[in-house]
Amino acid sequence: MNVAEASPAPDSVQPFIHLDKVRKSYKARGEEFLAVSDVTFDVAAGEFVALVGPSGCGKSTLLKILADLHHHDSGEVRIGSPDNPFDPSRDIGMVFQQALLLRWRTIIDNVMLPAEILGLPIKQSRERARDLLAMVGLAGFEDRYPHELSGGMQQRASIARAFIHDPKLILMDEPFGALDALTRERMNVELHRIWRESGKTILFVTHSISEAIFLSSQIVVLTARPARMAALVPISLPEPRTVADKTNAEFSNYARKVYELLGMT
Amino acid sequence: MTFSSHQAKGKPPVDLAVDEPDSQPSPAWTSWWRAHWLAVLSHLAMVGLWSLASTRMPKFILPSPLDVLLALMNPRYNWPRHMAVTASEVFGGFALASIVGVSIAVIFSWWLFVSRAMMPLLVTINMIPKVAMAPLFIVWLSYGIGPNILITFTICFFPIVINTTRGLKEVEPDLIDLVRVLRASRGQILTKVQLPSALPFIFSGMRVAAVLAVAGAVVGEFIGSERGLGYAIMSFQSTMDTPGMFVALALITLVGVVLYGLVILAERCFVTADSRASK
Ligand SMILES: Nc1ncnc2c1ncn2[C@@H]1O[C@H](COP(=O)(O)OP(=O)(O)OP(=O)(O)O)[C@@H](O)[C@H]1O
Ligand SMILES: [Mg+2]
Repeated sequence: MNVAEASPAPDSVQPFIHLDKVRKSYKARGEEFLAVSDVTFDVAAGEFVALVGPSGCGKSTLLKILADLHHHDSGEVRIGSPDNPFDPSRDIGMVFQQALLLRWRTIIDNVMLPAEILGLPIKQSRERARDLLAMVGLAGFEDRYPHELSGGMQQRASIARAFIHDPKLILMDEPFGALDALTRERMNVELHRIWRESGKTILFVTHSISEAIFLSSQIVVLTARPARMAALVPISLPEPRTVADKTNAEFSNYARKVYELLGMT
Repeated sequence: MTFSSHQAKGKPPVDLAVDEPDSQPSPAWTSWWRAHWLAVLSHLAMVGLWSLASTRMPKFILPSPLDVLLALMNPRYNWPRHMAVTASEVFGGFALASIVGVSIAVIFSWWLFVSRAMMPLLVTINMIPKVAMAPLFIVWLSYGIGPNILITFTICFFPIVINTTRGLKEVEPDLIDLVRVLRASRGQILTKVQLPSALPFIFSGMRVAAVLAVAGAVVGEFIGSERGLGYAIMSFQSTMDTPGMFVALALITLVGVVLYGLVILAERCFVTADSRASK
């Protein structure tokens, strides 16, 4: 992965994330298996981009390529720009499809994990961890162990963990999949607020079209296997967004458009 | 007994009296007694049968419990010295095996080709009955405590290295990705994720090793030593000192029980209740 090797800036502002014809195949039992093919899109700094697409189409793979956990076979992946430098070790916060809490650590110690690995000051980080846990509605659960929490609570703790080191880019892989509908709505509102206040760039994988529309400034629609770009749908809904917006005509229009792009109408 | 870790961390214990509304919060020994009285009874019954049987047999075949107790009290036998020798062989060999075993398993997890080459070799070597190597070790290291530590070490080493290797292999790959995103160093991945996650496996290896450890040291003492409880048994055999042999056996068992108990205790401290449940 190229990381902001300050190439001469073109006249327009460089995007924060630049993906060009990214391609990735897995080898399983001797067979090549194309998981991601020709994915091309840009993300400006501070954008909230939702990735939607059918199950198994390569969304998680794409996030892992961005996090440099997987290598892509061809194409270009660049994160960072001259005016927004990107340090791959401390500027990525990742929320995985599972909560992935360490069972031998308390909730707050789990949230502290990235701070420990990056060697951030422990005392301040602990304060911050408390604030983040309160933000995701887990105040009072700091000293519990993961198995004492419900699946949804564990997932919320893992969201707090992704923010602890204040990264510029947050990659979220269906973070709300394990939540009940009500908590999910609440978390949507909360995440949208956090995003607007923090100015972070967020890539967010979801299966919920309405969640994608509600949260994002741009939706990337991927086709079924292998993930190819179907379309980019810019979303411009008035701010601040509320849950009631989901019943607007404007909102429904976006939804119809995305369903069409997914070939569901 | 088992609901330790959370109370140990200073949290209010769960109210266990709910099921028994009439029971007052009882002192610890009462509940211990309630859980273990049958076990205590069976041990007492065995001693009872033993003393009954010993009245009908000559002392050199089956000494009475009293004879054995007298042998234990008799300073002529020098028990503390023998016991110290055996204990240091057992604990030394076990500690060495734990350190070397875990380290080698870590090396295996870091370099796949080392593991590919060495693991099958270890399995082959493991097929050699370790006690049969004792005479060889004595040739190499001469008499004394050295060869006996080595025998104990070889016996303890395999279960620890094999279990730890398995534990390190079975760490959920996503957990490693979680810290790889942060460019964690190899050492950080090891200490923050791999080792804690493999801890239940490491301890189950250590438990197996703790049971075997004593046998290694004692066999070593049988054939090449002038000290230790194993040596004591051999020398009492030649003088038909059966009470002495009984005491030596009991003390050997005691050494093993203490080692096993310490392993269990450490496991209780370091492995949280949840990972024990989900093992
Ligand atoms: N490590 C791997 N080895 C081989 N094949 C893999 C691997 N990871 C993913 N795949 C395959 O690549 C494809 C894309 O997987 P991916 O997890 O990226 O999908 P996804 O879009 O995240 O799906 P979902 O929405 O169900 O989470 C799948 O068909 C999967 O079978
Ligand atoms: Mg996925």
